[in-house]
Amino acid sequence: MSVSVQADDFDVGAEIIALSAGRTDIGAVVTFTGLVRDMAGGKPISDMELEHYPGMTEKALEKIEAEANARWDLQASRIIHRYGKLTPGAQIVLVATASPHRGDAFEAAEFIMDFLKSRAPFWKKEGTADGGKWVDARDADEDALNRWS
Amino acid sequence: MMQVLYFAWVRERIGVPREDVETSAQTVADLVAELRGREERYDLAFSDMSAIRVALDQELSDMSASLAGVREVAFFPPMTGG
Repeated sequence: MSVSVQADDFDVGAEIIALSAGRTDIGAVVTFTGLVRDMAGGKPISDMELEHYPGMTEKALEKIEAEANARWDLQASRIIHRYGKLTPGAQIVLVATASPHRGDAFEAAEFIMDFLKSRAPFWKKEGTADGGKWVDARDADEDALNRWS
Repeated sequence: MMQVLYFAWVRERIGVPREDVETSAQTVADLVAELRGREERYDLAFSDMSAIRVALDQELSDMSASLAGVREVAFFPPMTGG
């Protein structure tokens, strides 16, 4: 289990290799990568600024990761979440999970992402032609949490 | 003495990312009422409490929570991670 909150980009391939390095008992590795889109609400955006709450962010990610490990049979997991100003196409977040069989890795990765959306202290601001716009929380993201309860 | 932090548009409306606040407020709601009474920028930031979340010592909490022993209070909009 490990989490990183960083401004720097990450290498998905290197993270997958690191997750399973030196072991032969892993049967499945699932990864999710979130990217910055170039459009929001039908309008182009120039960039996405991610603000976070240093200290609380790391604790929140560790808590979500620990919960996933308690619920599913995971052999390894990794969460990387970036902050700062990111341009369209940039990677924002990586979730990787490893398990003996694919079911646990798939579900755990989805669970972690659902919780990151509305329980990790990040706030996104889209750079638009008329200045900037804070992204509103979506009801759909809150609803996504309920299926895990 | 309590450290109060603000994030995202709450920070923009109040104008500072953090400040020390001398208060005898018993609950989060008391603290919000106290801040709103201070200056218009606080009143504006806290005008719609349905859009405000709070963390006490970096744990999510709620408006009715006690501030006893709390050192760090943070106010922010609903989170948009991922």
